[in-house]
Amino acid sequence: MEGLSSAGCMRMVRKMEVIEVKNLKKYFPVQKSAIEILLSKKIDYIRAVDGVSFGISKGEVLSLVGESGCGKTTTGRILVGLEEPTGGEILFKGKNITKLDKEEFRKVRRELQMIFQDPYASLNPKMKIGEHLEDPLIIHGIAENEEAKNLVLQMLERVGLVPANQFYNRLPYQLSGGQRQRVAIARAMILKPEFVVADEPVSMIDVSLRAAILDLLMSFKAEYNLSMLFITHDLSVARLVGDRIAVMYLGKVVEIGETREVIHNPHHPYTAALLSAVPSFLKREINVEIIGDIANPREIPTGCRYHPRCPFAEEICRKEEPKLEGKDHMVACHFPLDLKID
Amino acid sequence: MMLLDIKNLKTYFYSKRGVLKAVDDVSIAINRGEFITIVGESGCGKSTLAYSILRLIDYPGKIVGGNIFFDGVDLLKISKERMREMRGKEIGMVFQDPMTSLDPLEKIGDQIVETILEHENIDKKEAWDMASKLLEKVGLPRDRVNYYPHQLSGGQRQRVMIALAISLNPKLLIADEPTTALDVIVQEKIMDLLEDMKKEGRAIILITHDFALAADRSDKIAVMYAGWLIEFGKVNKLVNEPLHPYSEGLIASVPDVWEDRQIKPMPGFPPDLISPPKGCRFRPRCPKAMDVCKKEPPSFNVNGRVVKCWLYENGEKNGGN
Repeated sequence: MEGLSSAGCMRMVRKMEVIEVKNLKKYFPVQKSAIEILLSKKIDYIRAVDGVSFGISKGEVLSLVGESGCGKTTTGRILVGLEEPTGGEILFKGKNITKLDKEEFRKVRRELQMIFQDPYASLNPKMKIGEHLEDPLIIHGIAENEEAKNLVLQMLERVGLVPANQFYNRLPYQLSGGQRQRVAIARAMILKPEFVVADEPVSMIDVSLRAAILDLLMSFKAEYNLSMLFITHDLSVARLVGDRIAVMYLGKVVEIGETREVIHNPHHPYTAALLSAVPSFLKREINVEIIGDIANPREIPTGCRYHPRCPFAEEICRKEEPKLEGKDHMVACHFPLDLKID
Repeated sequence: MMLLDIKNLKTYFYSKRGVLKAVDDVSIAINRGEFITIVGESGCGKSTLAYSILRLIDYPGKIVGGNIFFDGVDLLKISKERMREMRGKEIGMVFQDPMTSLDPLEKIGDQIVETILEHENIDKKEAWDMASKLLEKVGLPRDRVNYYPHQLSGGQRQRVMIALAISLNPKLLIADEPTTALDVIVQEKIMDLLEDMKKEGRAIILITHDFALAADRSDKIAVMYAGWLIEFGKVNKLVNEPLHPYSEGLIASVPDVWEDRQIKPMPGFPPDLISPPKGCRFRPRCPKAMDVCKKEPPSFNVNGRVVKCWLYENGEKNGGN
């Protein structure tokens, strides 16, 4: 198998964005206890995604990184229509898809696909592997019967599940985690989508099999000139696959830019703290502190939401929320860093 | 000075389908105050090895052969009662999932005090005092003794687990994937804590699937594959010039945050341990497999490094393709 080169060295001039997200918001109401209802306490919200904006152009991969609970998965789910946003816009090829009715959205849905984290939960245990791939073809009226089956067999071969006619008839429990994830990738790719959300696609796969799965994903990216949102908590994977990286903290993007820029010259103290903590074979001299534990998402801090954990926080950080600013490399911080790490 | 000396350990599981050789003839020696990481994929036997050291292997598993010398005493020969005393007092253990290893109905303090009172002859008040001191030592405020596990975050719970594991001042601390469920920043802090424990003179055995994490902190790395210890040696050497083709392949397959490196997928997948491949268990995936690999390789010593691969039959690297 061919090697997978790290992306991010070349960057095209930004052409039209395939997908553009503007001020996206998702608030989840917090369930109340009976007593709270009786006292008619007002509803609390968890602001999982709280005003996120970014664009992804044709053939580009944006890695979305952050700790668990930062809203990265919710963002991905909204983009493919699995979650309805509380506010904001999603422009897909220039068209706002948040306002579409069911029938209209279904037409767009074919071009927006998602690969989930857990290959044990994302396949139907009672459905044959072949049926998992055939269903989308039938639903979207692309092919039926023999024709559909042939497309499925081709796709199974393409993702390395050979002999394809045997895998066609197998049930998910007969497959290993790595093989299941290949099915999940095949299912997303069989519709030749324009845009794919990959949500931690290798975090549950055995270490020695991860590279092969990433390789497969990237080969589809190259073949279809796919645009992708790649969600991960692992900065080394984010570097490998992403042309750009966006860092999320408590529902907000705090830094976004070209991969090399963000990693070798992090501007946000949170990005720097993440980089300080990543285990590596080539440990670098970077040691930016982070204070305490992640805040309760029900009580988001005032001003900059990172200030209680930031070693550089000053008065203004407690009062005023910083805007995401900059040209190509954007950061939301009153006192951005300039670290320049080799 | 040697603290733990495992010789030809065999831990098998007896299932309906056959005998699963989870740990198969593993020998490894660990010195006092040494930080060792055992790296391997799921199912390679790394956790079974750790549980074997504590003799926590339950039916249908069984330790069927070998010796585990701890401070000169063979743990496999002593009585159950004696072993019970050793656990906690001589060897502490931190488990992977801190939620299932803490009692949800008991206060943190009670759980630590219970452990202390079980082994030490002191009164309850002293034990409570010890408990809050221990929490402070692992970086938690003293008042957390009055908290229940659900009131703590994952990272805090793992700190409690470490406090419990060191409450009786053991000479060896085993941590089985202590950070898998945690975010990188919390992971870093837990690893710092393990390093502090090492600085106090304790030996540490960390078990993980993350090679970069192993490279980050330990003195030595042991690589396991399909129930075998296939390479064991000092960190720098092993990471920069891995000898076994599996170690080499695993290192080459992981990306690194600081480098634009090509990652090379490893062919194939780990074998079924009930019917592993004949000869070398890595042979079907090995790019350097030779004819001789149809026979099981012994463990060779190459400049102080242990490697279970025919390439090193004559000490240095043989030809091989």
